[in-house]
Amino acid sequence: MQVTINGKTEEVSGSTVLDLLKAKDVSPQMVAVELNSKMLDRDKLGSTVVKDGDAIELLFYMGGGA
Amino acid sequence: MPFIPDSEEQVTRYSRHILLPEVGGKGQQKIGQAKVLLVGAGGLGSPAAFYLAAAGVGTVGLIDSDAVDLSNLQRQIIHQTPDIGRPKVASAKAKILALNPSVAVETYDMRLTAENALDLISRYDIVVDGVDTFPAKFLINDACFFARKPLVHGGILRFDGRVFTILPGQSACLRCIFKQPPPPGAVASCQEAGVIGALAGVIGTIQATEVLKLILGKGSLLTNRLLDYDARETRFRVIKVAKNPRCPLCGERPEITRLVEHEPEVCAVRTA
Repeated sequence: MQVTINGKTEEVSGSTVLDLLKAKDVSPQMVAVELNSKMLDRDKLGSTVVKDGDAIELLFYMGGGA
Repeated sequence: MPFIPDSEEQVTRYSRHILLPEVGGKGQQKIGQAKVLLVGAGGLGSPAAFYLAAAGVGTVGLIDSDAVDLSNLQRQIIHQTPDIGRPKVASAKAKILALNPSVAVETYDMRLTAENALDLISRYDIVVDGVDTFPAKFLINDACFFARKPLVHGGILRFDGRVFTILPGQSACLRCIFKQPPPPGAVASCQEAGVIGALAGVIGTIQATEVLKLILGKGSLLTNRLLDYDARETRFRVIKVAKNPRCPLCGERPEITRLVEHEPEVCAVRTA
């Protein structure tokens, strides 16, 4: 199925958001996930199933400034 | 003393602002009466301080406990080679006054802490985040919420930058997205990972623009929108975010009811 991840359409196999992060080698601690414009709680990542056409934003911490 | 654009010198100095329908004489007067606090006089604070001073912001507060280091000069453009070793706030104040002597510059050669943050922030109208660590960014986010002061958040790392404006209680805050800082040491800092110098100019200047729009009450702010800039690919993206009812700070059942300081990051401790 196709989902949009950070604005880019990608082909992914059906699974949960947590599986998708694992496949992308992204630690759940390092990212905030927005699914179809709603923030997902971290403890819901493993129980939220990705569906065809979903829009996912992986928001990484951006810390610097000095 | 707040500046009033009444003299000929002032009218000429700000003529390119006054020409804009969004600014005009009245808007320029608002800018002259505004008090803006820059937390951090480094990569983001440098361009923000320059443009806010040039714009005629009446009072600019600067808080930073660091001294200018040779490795800062690649991006912290308010500091220059002869400033090495000088407190950053003193170095920045001198440049601001050289650019625009009518700006009142208030300097605090110290760190922002849970003890001093509310008192300091409550003296200003708008706060600009130009700090380098997550605990400090979350402290500023929380302090601005408790003091009900608009905050223009900024971050830079490697080739990536972000700007996000927060109207406390009204729009999404940092904790609506990231409930807490990342685990200590988990995310690299500029010191560890590097940063392309000119990126600080892009992000700090967008922060200054947000401040001016806040003062003027014009245009659309970066509230409920993250602006992410990928300098390597020259790509800007706007990501919509919303106020999170489960936010531990500004949500329906807040868990954070007073200022707390998160543990410093491992890398911050090591390089302190």
